Amino acid sequence: MSTIPSDFKYSSEHEWISPAADGVVTLGITEFAQSELGDVVYVDLPEVGNTYAAGDAIGAVESVKAASDVYTPVSGEVVEVNEELGNEPGTVNKDAFGAGWICKIKLSAPDEVDGLMDAAAYSEFCQ
Amino acid sequence: MGGVSDDVIKSTPLCEKHKALGAKMVPFAGWLMPVQYTGILEEHHSVRHACGVFDISHMGQFHVQGADVTEWLNTMFTNNLHKLSDGVGQYSIMLNERGGVIDDLIIYRLGENDYFIVVNASMIDEDYAWLMAHKPEGSQLENLSSEYVGLAVQGPKCEEVFSKMCPGEILPEHNGIRQFVADGDTLIVCRTGYTGENGFEMFCSAERGVEWFEKVIACGAKPCGLGARDSLRLEMCYSLNGSDLSPEKTPLEAGLSWCCDLGKDFIGVDVLREQKAAGRPTALVAIEYTGKGAPPRHGYEVQLRDGTPLGELCSGVLSPTLGKGIAMAYVPTQHGKVGTEVQVVVRGKAVPAVIVKKPFLKK
Repeated sequence: MSTIPSDFKYSSEHEWISPAADGVVTLGITEFAQSELGDVVYVDLPEVGNTYAAGDAIGAVESVKAASDVYTPVSGEVVEVNEELGNEPGTVNKDAFGAGWICKIKLSAPDEVDGLMDAAAYSEFCQ
Repeated sequence: MGGVSDDVIKSTPLCEKHKALGAKMVPFAGWLMPVQYTGILEEHHSVRHACGVFDISHMGQFHVQGADVTEWLNTMFTNNLHKLSDGVGQYSIMLNERGGVIDDLIIYRLGENDYFIVVNASMIDEDYAWLMAHKPEGSQLENLSSEYVGLAVQGPKCEEVFSKMCPGEILPEHNGIRQFVADGDTLIVCRTGYTGENGFEMFCSAERGVEWFEKVIACGAKPCGLGARDSLRLEMCYSLNGSDLSPEKTPLEAGLSWCCDLGKDFIGVDVLREQKAAGRPTALVAIEYTGKGAPPRHGYEVQLRDGTPLGELCSGVLSPTLGKGIAMAYVPTQHGKVGTEVQVVVRGKAVPAVIVKKPFLKK
């Protein structure tokens, strides 16, 4: 757990979101989540254009043994998905906070971000 | 997790060793077992291409002996014990009176009227009670399950591992069993497995289990968890009791008629004979994805392409060797023909699939 990005925000369901740029955040699952899941063999991506409320399931990350829903901790519209994960789902294991991102969401309620954990709080949450 | 509370869950003598090796421990059939050490995919491939070792100490062992136990056991199990000579074993099934599966097992003939039986972990108590309830006077049935540590050593390099571990000893032939003393411990070595690879299963004394486990690893086997064990066995269409076998399904429906001798009398045989004459209502079929989709899993619905429901998946996994979804399900026999186009419903999405010939992995 040494490398939790300090500028990301975290949910209790082990998703991260990046700082907003032009109202858009990147969403993924955390290092802790990928390590709990084991080898990721399939990622169910949301569709671009779909809108979700905070707390909605937007897709799933599946390892050999388990399927784990991915929830968005923020409301908004999916504007981009990480198509690369279709060919290389294992990227979620290798680089959960980077190349293993799941989708980008245009925030419809930017204040929701303030309700999420910061790196220190999330780190404690995982203990 | 799994509905089994911590205070009743059992652990094998290797539990602390698994944790020290970095295993992720999960409850399985009432036991705390390693699901993986480094990763299921890596462990799966190491068994297909080199050699892996699994802790199978949770499985049960019975010893049966006494005058005429062959005749008695032949009424308890579907396969015919008269096919066995000394030192040879066979896969067999124990049925209830309705012809449904209580357990699948391997029975080895040690000598005349002397048998060693290996049963599933979750069924030890039930199997023992069922056998005791039918046991004739004068024969002995011992439950030795807690006396052994069991190790399944599986993969194309298993013979190298064995000769390093027990120099000068020889492995039994396929389906065979041998007992010998090595390093002062009596080993029971069986030439069987649950992966489809060349392999053996060995039982040593529980006290020296950690030592033998370390020795097998030092001789070249990679520790592998239940995750890889499940994907390996499913690629071969080996049934898992509780998932693919059940008290409500006969072995004929499960596709195991090859080990049911309907010419002899055993508990449940009447139902099997009737079913053979009238036809099986359902058949356990092998289903392979033809399109991309989320991995198939236990409980997912399988349908014809027009949406007609056929049943639910018993087992499913994204095959590490074949790179596609594979699963087994009971479907109405008339829809169970090889080549039938079906679909598996995953979170509301239909993934195209087809019924294929067993096993998935042709070796």
